[in-house]
Amino acid sequence: MSEIEAVYTVWLREMIRYFRQKERIISSLVMPIFWLLIFGGSMRSSIDIGNVDYRSFITPGVIAMSLMFTSVMSGISIIWDKELGFMKEMLVSPVSRLSIVIGKALGTSTTAIIQGLMVMLISIAIGLKISLVTFLLIVPIMLLISLGLVGIGISIGSLMNNIEGFQLIMNFLVMPMFFLSGALFPINNLPIFLRIITYIDPLTYGVELLRYMIIGTSSIPIVVNFLIVSGFSSLTIISSVWLFSRRH
Amino acid sequence: MDIIEVRNLVKIFNHDIKAVDEITFNVKKGEIFGFLGPNGAGKTTTISMLCTLLKPTSGEARICNYDINSQQNKVRKCLGLVFQDSTLDDRLTARENLELHARLYGVPKEKRNKRIDQVLKMVELKDKEKSIVKTFSGGMLRRLEIARGLIHYPKILFLDEPTLGLDPQTRKHVWDYIVKLKKEYKMTIFLTTHYMEEADELCDRIAIIDHGKIIDLDTPKKLKDGLGGDTIILDVNDKDIDKTLKIYKNAKRFDGQIILSVKNAGKQIQKVLEKCRKNKIEVVEANIRKPTLNDVFLKMTGREIREEDVGLKEQLRRRSKHRFRGH
Repeated sequence: MSEIEAVYTVWLREMIRYFRQKERIISSLVMPIFWLLIFGGSMRSSIDIGNVDYRSFITPGVIAMSLMFTSVMSGISIIWDKELGFMKEMLVSPVSRLSIVIGKALGTSTTAIIQGLMVMLISIAIGLKISLVTFLLIVPIMLLISLGLVGIGISIGSLMNNIEGFQLIMNFLVMPMFFLSGALFPINNLPIFLRIITYIDPLTYGVELLRYMIIGTSSIPIVVNFLIVSGFSSLTIISSVWLFSRRH
Repeated sequence: MDIIEVRNLVKIFNHDIKAVDEITFNVKKGEIFGFLGPNGAGKTTTISMLCTLLKPTSGEARICNYDINSQQNKVRKCLGLVFQDSTLDDRLTARENLELHARLYGVPKEKRNKRIDQVLKMVELKDKEKSIVKTFSGGMLRRLEIARGLIHYPKILFLDEPTLGLDPQTRKHVWDYIVKLKKEYKMTIFLTTHYMEEADELCDRIAIIDHGKIIDLDTPKKLKDGLGGDTIILDVNDKDIDKTLKIYKNAKRFDGQIILSVKNAGKQIQKVLEKCRKNKIEVVEANIRKPTLNDVFLKMTGREIREEDVGLKEQLRRRSKHRFRGH
């Protein structure tokens, strides 16, 4: 009971901090809008992806991008808590390390889902059509994808003590993961060696899962996507709990 | 049974740096117990071990009769902690910080608000409860941290350098709270400090610690009495200096002043001045100096505590390196 309270407390703090930084919420929407409006609009005629228009095609990719950039912030938040000192407050309280990690993970995931939903609302505003059921079903899928990425963030954040090092690693990880995930182009059109890298990238399956939900088609079977995303998320969350408990 | 029992506690960093070296001591229920020593003496490391942030290399300790190695959660629950550097969330308001703490320590919902109000009033921050902590001054931060450490009604409050970096007025303020906690709430307080006056003013008993070892442990009075007496410093007219030295054979001359060692300076000074007047020695100024804890430290180690402040940067570096090790 008290551990659930602890998870809730850590989650609550993330929420308060998130909603207090309104300017950050707004600025984080600039990139997705840029992608959807300018990139999605201008490349419309030059990329042929069958019967779906390009903007609808990249919408799941842009949502995935939002999820990703928000989720890996979990790592920054861990390091920041260490520098701020608040980490100590949590570590000396009668709360298990597991609860701290789970609270942090759920907190960051919640913010990621909010970001994702905002991107979706923007897409709907500029013409995307989806049913209410899809809109609701997409939330647990966003959670699943986001937890995997949050796990990466916390794992690396647990190992590092300064933000600079974290950002360096993240640049080498986040950008390639995004661009090689088939978020912006169909996997089937890729040359074979790029396609192999794409299949190694776990985010690919997340994007495919979202794409199936939003435009009804995906180049990888939905069950495969679901299993791989679930497996990946479980793995990174377990690793984050393990690394965090070991290091702190 | 004492509320804190420490037996042969050792902490070795990086296989060779002995931060804490076989310390053994007890803290009685309801007393203010102080760790006095220069920076890097092992004070913070000891606190970190007692509050389960660091795993001891060897030795054992019991807090409220719970073992720090095997009953960590129970130990944590009976402790309140105020660290050297702030551990508040500066983006939250004062009240939000207190609320999070109450939740983390499992304070029941119906008691939360009452206790938060109570501690806020105690440290006189009730009118600031809705302010974001980022806007607080150093003194306010420290007071809020003390308030936070009290919400779950700990049996022992650990204060690591509670007045470090505070101006004299704020320092006095914090001291008042600490004394109040002992008197009104019968709380046991364990504090570390490298300020002599702080240890002297507040502590019932002091352990003087240097290079990870406890070199003496007693009440401030007994520690100072151990030095054997006070000093009278006479500033006499230059032409009278030799005359004075003739009268007081065991007096010392230092920097144009006459130094007299006596048992009880308060009583003796009257006689000394009388004698000077009779011998027509012109006394410009007479001062009494009681022994300080600094003199105690000086006698024990051959150094003054203050000298060590030069190494502060080095200590900070070391401390931050070790801060998140352990478990």
